[in-house]
Amino acid sequence: MSEAINKAPEFAARPAAWDRTNPIGDFVRDTLALADVELRKLRRDPAELLTRAIQPALWLLIFGQVFARIKAIPTGRLDYLTFMAPGILAQSVLFIAIFYGISVIWERDLGILQKLLVSPAPRTALVLGKALSAGVRGLAQGVIIYMLALALRIPLDFRIPQVLGVIAFIIIGSALFSTFSLAVACLVKTRERFMGIGQVLTMPLFFASNAIYPIATMPGWVGAAAKANPLSYQVDALRALMVQGGSSVFGVGVDAAVLLAGLVALVLVTAALYPNVVR
Amino acid sequence: MADIATPSAPVLTAVETQGLTRLFGSIKAVENLNLSISAGAIFGLLGPNGAGKTTTIRMLTTMLAPSAGTARVAGLDVALQSKKVRKAIGYVSQMLSADGALTGYENLLLFARIYGIPQSERKMRIVEALEFMGLTSAAELLVKTYSGGMIRRLEIAQSMLHRPVVLFLDEPTIGLDPVARHTVWQHLRQLQERYGTTIFLTTHDMEEADHLCQSIVIMHRGHAVAAGSPESLKAQVGPTASLDDVFAHFAGGSVEDVGGYQQSSRIRRTARRLG
Repeated sequence: MSEAINKAPEFAARPAAWDRTNPIGDFVRDTLALADVELRKLRRDPAELLTRAIQPALWLLIFGQVFARIKAIPTGRLDYLTFMAPGILAQSVLFIAIFYGISVIWERDLGILQKLLVSPAPRTALVLGKALSAGVRGLAQGVIIYMLALALRIPLDFRIPQVLGVIAFIIIGSALFSTFSLAVACLVKTRERFMGIGQVLTMPLFFASNAIYPIATMPGWVGAAAKANPLSYQVDALRALMVQGGSSVFGVGVDAAVLLAGLVALVLVTAALYPNVVR
Repeated sequence: MADIATPSAPVLTAVETQGLTRLFGSIKAVENLNLSISAGAIFGLLGPNGAGKTTTIRMLTTMLAPSAGTARVAGLDVALQSKKVRKAIGYVSQMLSADGALTGYENLLLFARIYGIPQSERKMRIVEALEFMGLTSAAELLVKTYSGGMIRRLEIAQSMLHRPVVLFLDEPTIGLDPVARHTVWQHLRQLQERYGTTIFLTTHDMEEADHLCQSIVIMHRGHAVAAGSPESLKAQVGPTASLDDVFAHFAGGSVEDVGGYQQSSRIRRTARRLG
């Protein structure tokens, strides 16, 4: 083995300058590098986005039109379709995000996840990178809902601060629910179990929220569940920002605080669970 | 970074384990494993499917915590200094894990970023790695159009961008055709020669071990049953012995007839992806 040892001077070929000195800068760089990868994939295969437009279209065109006619739900100053549009936007973003966790199982099976876990990228960056990618997909969904809403003559608010606010809440909501989904994937570890749980989660999250009826109309226990449901805070903010004449029940600041706190907590929990998937 | 070896204070043992053990429930996947691998060597961990090779590599790459014992990689403790270990190593998984939806260049770019290679050097490193692995003309193609051998070479390029001290490869040529296998071997030897990288690979292919490795350890049912250079092990068994004979001698069976269902199915899945 002496011959091999003679090569040892090359041992530390990694320049010292590469060693990280700025944890926050590195965290941001790693997160954006991972989100960038998802963006590139999405750009190459946009067909997926179109098929995802079908479900919200059905909700607005069928459910929305019928309920707007029978006026069964008290929605204050807004007509029912206008009340419902932000809810359907939040719902369609939720439905994408809640199944996003399966990508980590998929990447585990392909060996991609193992390579990322063996890299120096912090686990929180791996999780938040995925969460932001889900946010990008959510934004594409937002564009589709806006187009549907315009076609239905729903009065949208196009002032710049409002539109920027909608973008921010779509990204935060997508990130939050996709991180939740990643945490579930880390616990169940197989595709089959994950799909089963995903189905079970979406309906209660959607119906026990203010997406298609106000919390004030709910029986006490459903109302309590809706107030504990992050989706309600996303819908509440979107309702204030997206449509003309819309208003927030909790206050947009409260909505943002609740969603951001939930996101941070979920990213930390999921980062701790992440190495679980490969075990 | 004083803990990582510097030229002024070279660490001559790249990988060292003492009593390394990993349990899964009551099953002892790896038991009391002692390894000592010189810096700059090509080392092979041999054994049939289910011998504990992958579990060992997962412990050494910080993916899995040891149940007992210690392991040091590049002079760093895998349990106590896992973040530093991750900067010092490269890893190529058993599965063909380059991202098929990205181009070769993009696959390399992602890893250049997360390994902290400064922006000013990224492009140069990537171009160099592509050239070194013979992938320059395929750089802008989507990886899903690559052959199995090309994907494997791309993955080795990915794992070398940051010049790791130790490069771990789990079954690097599994499922590859003979020509692609020889190309991968040639590139691994060149890597060792050019950069002095210590290469740690697992294999159940005796020909691979014979061609490539300067020292080997044979594992069987979680234990190391033999260690030495391929030549010395063959000499121990008999004047005309092959490594296959060495394996049969120390593990008490042929390479083919041992192995678990799960491992086999994973290998088949990889083979299927290769078409």
